[in-house]
Amino acid sequence: MMATRCRVQLGTAARFTLPVFALTMSACSGFQSALDPKGPRAAEVARLHWTLTAIATAVYIIVIGALVYALWRASTREPFIDEHQYHENPDQAGVMKRGVIIGVTATAIILGVFLVLSVSTGSAVATVRGDKPLRIDVVGHQWWWEVNYDDPIPQNQVKTANEIHVPVGRSVLLKMRSSDVIHSFWAPNLSGKKDLIPGHETVTWFRADTAGVYRGQCAEFCGYQHAKMAFYIVAEPRVDFEHWLDQQRGPAPKATDSLTQTGERVFLSGACAMCHTIGGTGAGGNIGPDLTHLASRRTIAAGTLPMTTGNLAGWILDPQSIKPGTKMPPTQLDPQSLQALLAYLGSLK
Amino acid sequence: MAYSQSLPMRDDVPEPPPFITAEVENDVRAKLSATWKEKSGFYGWLTSTNHKSIAKRYLVTAIIFFILGGLEAGMMRAQLSRPENRFIGPDLYNQIFTMHGSTMMFLFAVPVMEAVGLYLVPLMIGARNVAFPRLNALGYWMYLFGGLLLYGAFFFNTGPDAGWFSYVPLSGPAYSPGKRIDIWAQMITFTEIAALIGAVEIVTTIFKLRAPGMSLNRIPLFVWGQLITAFMIIFALPAIVVSSTMLATDRLIDTHFFNPAEGGDALLWQHLFWFFGHPEVYIIFIPALGMVSSVVETFTQRRIFGYPAMLLSMVSTAFLGFGLWVHHMFATPLPQLGQSFFTAASSAISIPSGVQIFCCIATIWSGRPRFTASFMFVLGFFFLFIIGGLTGVMIASVPYDLQVHDTFFIVAHFHYVLLGGAVFPLWAGFYLWFPKLTGRMLSERLGKWNFWLFFIGMNVTFFPMHILGLMGMPRRVYTYLPEMGWGPLNLLSSVGAVFIVASVLVFLSNVFRSLRFGAPAGENPWNAPTLEWATTSPPPAYNHLFIPVVEGRDPLWDAAPGELSVVSGLRTDRHEGLVTSIMDAIPERRYEFKKETILPLLLAIFGGGCIAIAIFTPWGVTVGAIMALIVLVGWFWPTISPDHDTPVARARR
Amino acid sequence: MKVCARISVIVLVGITLNACKREQRRFRETPPSATASNAIVMSTLQPGPSVVETGVRNPYEDNAYAVAEGKRLFDQMNCSGCHSHGGGGIGPPLTDDEWIYGSDPENIFSTIVEGRPNGMPSFRGKIPNYQVWELVAYVRALGGLQGKAVRTTRDDHMMFKESEQARDKGHPSPTFVPPTSVKQ
Repeated sequence: MMATRCRVQLGTAARFTLPVFALTMSACSGFQSALDPKGPRAAEVARLHWTLTAIATAVYIIVIGALVYALWRASTREPFIDEHQYHENPDQAGVMKRGVIIGVTATAIILGVFLVLSVSTGSAVATVRGDKPLRIDVVGHQWWWEVNYDDPIPQNQVKTANEIHVPVGRSVLLKMRSSDVIHSFWAPNLSGKKDLIPGHETVTWFRADTAGVYRGQCAEFCGYQHAKMAFYIVAEPRVDFEHWLDQQRGPAPKATDSLTQTGERVFLSGACAMCHTIGGTGAGGNIGPDLTHLASRRTIAAGTLPMTTGNLAGWILDPQSIKPGTKMPPTQLDPQSLQALLAYLGSLK
Repeated sequence: MAYSQSLPMRDDVPEPPPFITAEVENDVRAKLSATWKEKSGFYGWLTSTNHKSIAKRYLVTAIIFFILGGLEAGMMRAQLSRPENRFIGPDLYNQIFTMHGSTMMFLFAVPVMEAVGLYLVPLMIGARNVAFPRLNALGYWMYLFGGLLLYGAFFFNTGPDAGWFSYVPLSGPAYSPGKRIDIWAQMITFTEIAALIGAVEIVTTIFKLRAPGMSLNRIPLFVWGQLITAFMIIFALPAIVVSSTMLATDRLIDTHFFNPAEGGDALLWQHLFWFFGHPEVYIIFIPALGMVSSVVETFTQRRIFGYPAMLLSMVSTAFLGFGLWVHHMFATPLPQLGQSFFTAASSAISIPSGVQIFCCIATIWSGRPRFTASFMFVLGFFFLFIIGGLTGVMIASVPYDLQVHDTFFIVAHFHYVLLGGAVFPLWAGFYLWFPKLTGRMLSERLGKWNFWLFFIGMNVTFFPMHILGLMGMPRRVYTYLPEMGWGPLNLLSSVGAVFIVASVLVFLSNVFRSLRFGAPAGENPWNAPTLEWATTSPPPAYNHLFIPVVEGRDPLWDAAPGELSVVSGLRTDRHEGLVTSIMDAIPERRYEFKKETILPLLLAIFGGGCIAIAIFTPWGVTVGAIMALIVLVGWFWPTISPDHDTPVARARR
Repeated sequence: MKVCARISVIVLVGITLNACKREQRRFRETPPSATASNAIVMSTLQPGPSVVETGVRNPYEDNAYAVAEGKRLFDQMNCSGCHSHGGGGIGPPLTDDEWIYGSDPENIFSTIVEGRPNGMPSFRGKIPNYQVWELVAYVRALGGLQGKAVRTTRDDHMMFKESEQARDKGHPSPTFVPPTSVKQ
């Protein structure tokens, strides 16, 4: 009876493992995954992950194995017969003592190994690789990311939002501040997270070794739309990056045809200019993201929606239904004004 | 041992006989029943100071909060089961996850462990009541009022919504308008007072009211667990007293503790909160370790192996637990060298836990296991807690934590250690001690259904979260985008939650059925070794007919069947107990436990009113303090009964 | 005993209803209640039968979230540029009891949306109406005209004035004095 039960327990364990294993593997590829590293920081941690998981699994199997063995062995012994049953006999005591000491020593040694692995990985990821990293300032807002490319020459500084372009193979140093509450900058494909804390300036770095688009998300609860405060890191070859940076440095493209000119007028005369800046025009609001090169971005609303005319229209008319609680108010526009505005914003490449 | 010589004998009491005759027993039973009888009716219920009544109230209230917290979890899982789900919006979701965390941590986990302790500790050490019965009652009322405050507020849309950890500046005055966070901060005040009261009770009772002969090295491990936890509570709770008060004053009277522009710091909150928050989880875990020891001993019919090692590992867990808090703050700009220290400490704390587990396995190996529902819950504890412990050691590493911090990986980790490490042992203890509490046996069949449903449900709900965290899903999100690919695993998690709900329903039906139709339990249905099984089920109001005298660690196994040494000569005309020394439990003097009184309820109402009104105006503190002072004057009004057994009173006679 | 019970029920209901209103978070306003500026009048003199009741209500009176949002907008729309966090400067102070154009919510709404002589710009079309109502709620809080529990407390900046919650209740003067022309 007891032996059967033990066998049943082992069988159940086996039946669990295969689907679990398959599921675990699903984290391996995919975006915003810590197990799909595209840079040295994330790669070190991914390596650490597999090592630790392997050791932990082995330890678990051994300890549970010991437990199951103990249950089976104890169940198959003779039942107690006399009043000395409650005390262990001296032989048993010896075996148990040895077993516990071996277990504890093995635990301590394995923990020592963990500690060494952990500290060495920590040192490896802490120091910025390479010299002359690209310097970017990030300011966290509720619920979007302000991105400033630092440069000693003021007219070369770039201000954008929610999208960070970086050259492949060059380290990027981020200096981060928060304008309101605590946020956390986390792009799992590239590095671990770092908090943005009001009153402190925090620093993190990463390097993208493969070209691609990597998603990151705020990882510290910051209010209603914490769930939809994402950003994209676009790693591209150096030439493309320089080209992008040059384009971003320029003012907004001038409105040429009548539709876009109407749209510009709608933007400047309405509520938009109260909060947003479009470089080269009279709109100088600095409460919301800089929209100078809005149409060059892949997403709007901090990574929530892809940049399309329809999404932009929906966002402008009623942001509260997409991100309830966001600071951007709904804007009432008649259809012609809306189309003009969309045409103008679509021209801001 | 010449116990009789150490107690000053009165001249008018005859020398006790060597064996207690049936006549004497019946006489003492009748007198004690009359003296210790609790007042009936609603007023009697309000004024009770009997530790068992109060502990049962704590238990029932805590289980109700567990169910409420579980319902909140169910709503969260329903919302997260599909991407872009519109079941619950962000505002309500934020309130729900905050309520879930606050309920489980403040209103369920710590109180339920204290409840089990307050019920069992006096029984296990041979005392008649806890050391300060009125204070005990006060503790319960404060806990109840705190919970009512929080839930009352929640039902009126004023539930806190900044997380159970309530980080500033989000929870500060600038970013959390209204009174939601103030309610949270004052709920903390209520529950921390209740916890501190429970801790003081446990420490004093265990140190001074043990049965003669129960020296410190003969205390059951469950009682040691409660004692160690009580000390942890005393050292950890003040940190959150201070921080929640600072938050309340920042929000109410314009202080600047957490305002960086005026010299404060947002990180101060995190340090203070986690200095409490990390020991808090060990406060929840160590009593559970004690329960595991009791269950393993009973259901393997074997003394626990390595008592000193088990004890020292609980003590070292307690000490080390105070040195880990920064591992919640690895993503903040603290120096790397300092963070590495906390990595080492966080890893090291698994060594004492390992000792516990290995000693338990050794005990099982040498014993004769009986696969009752209680024992199966302990086996479930091993299977689940070890997973949680291993992921814990993984996240102790700074670079690893920086990837999984604030993701569902952490959610998975702490649910494995909390559910596996605390709730499973709690259930095991419940199935063990229910016969003692109620005099009825629980159904073993339903118990096993309870176990399997919860075990399966727990794994199906929380294991996928490890993977979700590694796939990039952060915590505290009310929804997620479909293109992230997190949908299937979230759906699986939510399905697991259904099993958990089913398990709790099975448990409740088991309890209700057994209360009515369960088989009557005798004094010691499991043949367990500790003193609580030496009295009737349920115990009478006075616990033991005669205070036992203890000669070993497992009194009921050490004594010959039917022959347990006892102390006689305690008075039966008042609530009298025996105070013994701390180290060796040598009797020192008699002690009178305070009887029923309305004062604890009054103090809770005035003190509680003071705290609740302080949410709106600082005048609440002034007015409430004055009223509480008046009650305290009544509380401490000296009463010397003419026949009080002190040298002064004796001289006066 | 029964009277006691009845009174406590009424008090509880009162507190809870107030709590309901105070803690509401409304992220979207349905259009009709977000507008309604046509019914505001600036003079008590009217032809024909006088209509005293304007029927305009601030949907955010006694709502803590709205007052907090109003504070955010007050800073972000640069009201402080002239009114300096309520203390006044180029523009009149908002924390005193003198309300030149009236202290009722509809008066303040009108002030913001229409502008006023002597320098108050018109924000019509620049700020959506529901945000104007949030500003109205905040301006009234600055003047001590909202309940204490609803007003904002300190913000996370340098403290240059006592917080809105710390000040006493405001007592707006019942009549306003039109600005007199400068005497030579």
